Amino acid sequence: MSILVIAEHNNEELQAATANALSAAKLLAEKTGFKVSLLIAGYQCAGVAAAASAIAGVDKVLLADCPALENQLAENSAPYIAALVKQKSFSYVMAPATTTAKNVLPRTAALLDVAQISDVIDIVDGDNFVRPIYAGSALETLKSSDAIKIMTIRASAFDAIELTGGEALVENLPAATDMGLSRFISESVIASDRPELSNARIVISGGRGMQSGDNFTLLEVIADKLGAAIGASRAAVDAGYVSNDMQVGQTGKIIAPDLYIAVGISGAIQHLAGMKDSKIIVAINKDEDAAIFNVADFGLVADLFEALPELESQL
Amino acid sequence: MKILVGVKRVVDAYIKVRIKADHSAIDVDKLKMVVNPFCEIAIEEALRLKESGIASEVIAVSVGPASCQEQLRTAMALGADRAIHLTTDEIVQPLAIAKLFNALIDKEKPGLVIFGKQSIDGDNNQTGQMLAALSGLPQGTFASELVFEGDEVIVTREVDTGLQKIALKLPALITADLRLNEPRYVSLPNLMKAKRKPIETIAVDDLGIDITPRLSTVTMLNPPERSAGEKVNSIAELIEKLQTEGAI
Repeated sequence: MSILVIAEHNNEELQAATANALSAAKLLAEKTGFKVSLLIAGYQCAGVAAAASAIAGVDKVLLADCPALENQLAENSAPYIAALVKQKSFSYVMAPATTTAKNVLPRTAALLDVAQISDVIDIVDGDNFVRPIYAGSALETLKSSDAIKIMTIRASAFDAIELTGGEALVENLPAATDMGLSRFISESVIASDRPELSNARIVISGGRGMQSGDNFTLLEVIADKLGAAIGASRAAVDAGYVSNDMQVGQTGKIIAPDLYIAVGISGAIQHLAGMKDSKIIVAINKDEDAAIFNVADFGLVADLFEALPELESQL
Repeated sequence: MKILVGVKRVVDAYIKVRIKADHSAIDVDKLKMVVNPFCEIAIEEALRLKESGIASEVIAVSVGPASCQEQLRTAMALGADRAIHLTTDEIVQPLAIAKLFNALIDKEKPGLVIFGKQSIDGDNNQTGQMLAALSGLPQGTFASELVFEGDEVIVTREVDTGLQKIALKLPALITADLRLNEPRYVSLPNLMKAKRKPIETIAVDDLGIDITPRLSTVTMLNPPERSAGEKVNSIAELIEKLQTEGAI
């Protein structure tokens, strides 16, 4: 009876969301008295396991280091994790709600014949969990009747824990089998010196009001001065201004920075779902009736093409 | 190649929903119901594959009460050849839906199954992946492009860090992300034509599949409300306020 957390990493280092998932695991551990194991599944990722072993609250690090798990293909990862859960009798499986876990975990749950609880934002006790539905219009408390409870954790709802202060043992696991169903070809990681959108302290986002992808440079110069990440509304992504990995909202990234600056964003429900837990929200929009002003701490009714250069020059 | 497409009936995403007074569920009574937006993208992709000669038949499938036939008619008006309605008035959760679709995969043997990546009501993002697990199909989730090459489909996936390309052995399961395509609109003549297309109904009770929900709703609450703050009159004032708050 214990908790398995699946680490998000790139075979070189732990990704930030892992620290949020571990925070949720710690809360669950306090409520159940269970111990936490952290799975590092990948290839040539022993360095990640070594770093993971230094996290306080992690009882054991499980290292699955083999070519079949290099790119976290669901076809190879899911049966491997399902077998591990059975073999070690884990009663909880948790992972941050990243695209990796959203891909792999439901496949794992189905192989174990259990439900998945997606995007958990609070843990009431060992059986009851809270998650948003309808783009966050309601918070549902769910009671699970499954013997194994599988959940993804919404990173923005749990403060990251420090990844230090511990001394866990690393257990090497056997290699996974390549199921021969899928093959990794390539990944185009968009290189940027700016902070990662998912965990930036400040985010500045543009919407359809930006009118073009080129105009996002107006946001970039401000982002660089503030050390901010750049986001976008679904409308801006739909219009082809920017790529989808910048999308903040119900079906994009869900974030809660200290400061969120929404520029030319009307404030559709699905966008609010992605940013309304931000500490301070600023809205700049020329439409004074825009819904975004209903959630903004500070609103400026202005033409963004005048306001942005002014903001940039005064910072 | 046959394509099976999942179609879910959901509340129009532009409607702000309300929780019932007893906090047991969302009150969907009398609300406008539509095809889940991501399912529309899934339907569109299937139609394009048929139009380009890769697919031979598009079958729209929905699970739920009689009212779901409205959305299956929409799918057929868009161009699906036929529809299958798995009828039940019970609550069906993603795992149960995956089990029901799996029974259809055994029967129809599709070369491709396309789902939306998530529905805008439950926001679970699970059913496609679960069906892939149960049917043993490889999965291309959050797809933004499909290219067919020999016995494989090359899927471009929207991932947190950018785009990922993977190759899947056919048959395969795809879940559609936003940029996979831009769905067409229903035309009136096609709406009329769709009325003559067949909907096969299969009672879920007759399939002998256990659909008992594993998760039960304890309560539903409104999220903490965020209230509107103040309007500022200039950039200078905005910067001053943010500095006072320690935000910048």
